[in-house]
Amino acid sequence: MTVVVGWTPDARGHAALVRAIAEAQVHDERLLVVNASSGTAPVDDRFAGVADVSQVRALLDSLGVDGEVRQTVVRDVGDALLDIAEEVDASMLVIGIRHRSPVGKLLMGSTAQRILLDARCPVLAVKA
Amino acid sequence: MDALLTGLSMALTPENLLYAVIGVLLGTAVGVLPGIGPAMTVALLLPVTYNVSPSAALIMFAGIYYGGMYGGSTTSILLNTPGESSSVITALEGNKMAKTGRAAQALATAAIGSFVAGTIGTILLVAVAPTVADWVVVLGAPSYFALMLLALVAVTSVLGSSKLRGFISLALGLAIGLVGTSTGQARLTLDNPLLADGIDIVVVAVAIFAVGEALWVAAHLRRRPLEIIPVGRPWMDRRDWRRSWAPWLRGTAFGFPFGALPAGGAELPTFLSYITERRLAGEHRAEFGKGAIEGVAGPEAANNASAAGTLVPLLAIGLPTTATAAVILAAMQSYGLQPGPQLFEAEPELVWTLLASLFVANTLLLVINLPLAPLWAKLLRIPRPYLYAGILFFAVLGAYSVNFQRFDVLLLCLFGALGFAMRRFGLPVLPLIVGVILGPRLEEQLTQALQLSQGDVSALWSEPVAVIVYVVIAVLLLGPLVLRLVPGRQGPERLEDEVEELEEEVRS
Repeated sequence: MTVVVGWTPDARGHAALVRAIAEAQVHDERLLVVNASSGTAPVDDRFAGVADVSQVRALLDSLGVDGEVRQTVVRDVGDALLDIAEEVDASMLVIGIRHRSPVGKLLMGSTAQRILLDARCPVLAVKA
Repeated sequence: MDALLTGLSMALTPENLLYAVIGVLLGTAVGVLPGIGPAMTVALLLPVTYNVSPSAALIMFAGIYYGGMYGGSTTSILLNTPGESSSVITALEGNKMAKTGRAAQALATAAIGSFVAGTIGTILLVAVAPTVADWVVVLGAPSYFALMLLALVAVTSVLGSSKLRGFISLALGLAIGLVGTSTGQARLTLDNPLLADGIDIVVVAVAIFAVGEALWVAAHLRRRPLEIIPVGRPWMDRRDWRRSWAPWLRGTAFGFPFGALPAGGAELPTFLSYITERRLAGEHRAEFGKGAIEGVAGPEAANNASAAGTLVPLLAIGLPTTATAAVILAAMQSYGLQPGPQLFEAEPELVWTLLASLFVANTLLLVINLPLAPLWAKLLRIPRPYLYAGILFFAVLGAYSVNFQRFDVLLLCLFGALGFAMRRFGLPVLPLIVGVILGPRLEEQLTQALQLSQGDVSALWSEPVAVIVYVVIAVLLLGPLVLRLVPGRQGPERLEDEVEELEEEVRS
């Protein structure tokens, strides 16, 4: 079985990653770190750069976790995470969440909310 | 000199100053964003010419032009993706500098170099343009005809990767320019009364630049996001200044004459500036390919100087040599201004206000851009769908406001599809737009020349200037062919190949 974590190179993503590593170690499972972007802007801060990715790989190696980092450009980040969770038959999906204002949620929607509602596996939501 | 000072006092009135600020801000913003350039922006703003005074509109457009040249460098340096074709060379050293933690210095030398080159270029423009206008004003219709032909041939065959594609694009442009009944008989109007007045240049320009690009982006919407290098406020230390000033001046010396030639554009002078700086680097030779400040300072100065240079043929002869200049010419025509040597006689106040405002725009660019560089980089985080939805909205609004006819919106869609197809099949856009604008004027001069000679075709080469220009055209067209036939000598490489080779060399 595999633990899937939605990761972004920021505080929220780091909190989710740390927790996911702990879960994978406790249950002795594989870890799949997913970093996705819709790719519609020339620059996306939530899409990790080469340095960030190699840092995560180094972290996984140093902790002896059997894991990989997957980066994708997709139509919808939430759907992509759900699809990947199904594809690898995830035992658990870990995501980072943050407080959103009602207006912000109305305008931009909430990726976290859709994942929580639509996931077929248990979801662990970590607050940064 | 008096005229320039009067112009300066006009340019510094609050209204004109406001338009200059709007122009440079907008120009820098569109220069930063890949795919959106000053030509598209000026095209989208053409409808404002209905409400705004000519001098204010031209001041704004000139600000956009200068700003666009500057903005492209920011993207080149921080993202390694040139915002404009004129900044391709800047990316070679600029991005390397940024990667080694010298982004602030690269941005600073680009900004200050642009200011220095833009100011010197504008001084040269002020000095040269009236003189050129004085020479040109005495020329007859045959010479004008030849000069326009030269401009068409030059933008078609000198720039761009393929002459065939260039001429296809030019033919399309000339055909669009033919539509209408201006000569008395109906041509290409398909018996449609709405086409009798011809196709408005606003519709064509907006469709090709804005709609075509929007469709192209929509077809390639999702791309892997690029890594941007974080940057603070641009600054340089004394060593950087010492290494930058000479490349700035040499870059200006390359940029201005190339811009002023009928086959203008900033690609060739930036390239020449880069290889010159590399050759002259001396002790810093080894730094080239790893982030040499000379390789940013020179090309950036060259592209701004060439922007000033392209205004010489535009103002003094009425010949556009870049896409932006072509659209600015269309704006002048929509005011009923006749660009060319008569402009200095007929509208001295307008011309000198415009020239003076170029100094103002240049200074504004330096003042605004040094502290704002981090802010410009933030623009790159805007998702493309939002951006292009806005562009399409203004495109449709602009096309509709020309005559308040639905038919124009239909034409917009049609030419937008053409613009998309041209991008898809690699046809350059510049020959088309220059063809649409110069085509009717070319015909006007031809008619005039033939009327004076009562239909005798030999009148076309009756003036010495015309003969010289035809020789130049022949050299431009046949030169590369002849050189290729000379044994033991490789034909001249195309500019694009050279740049590619250079890139490979630098990256290896």
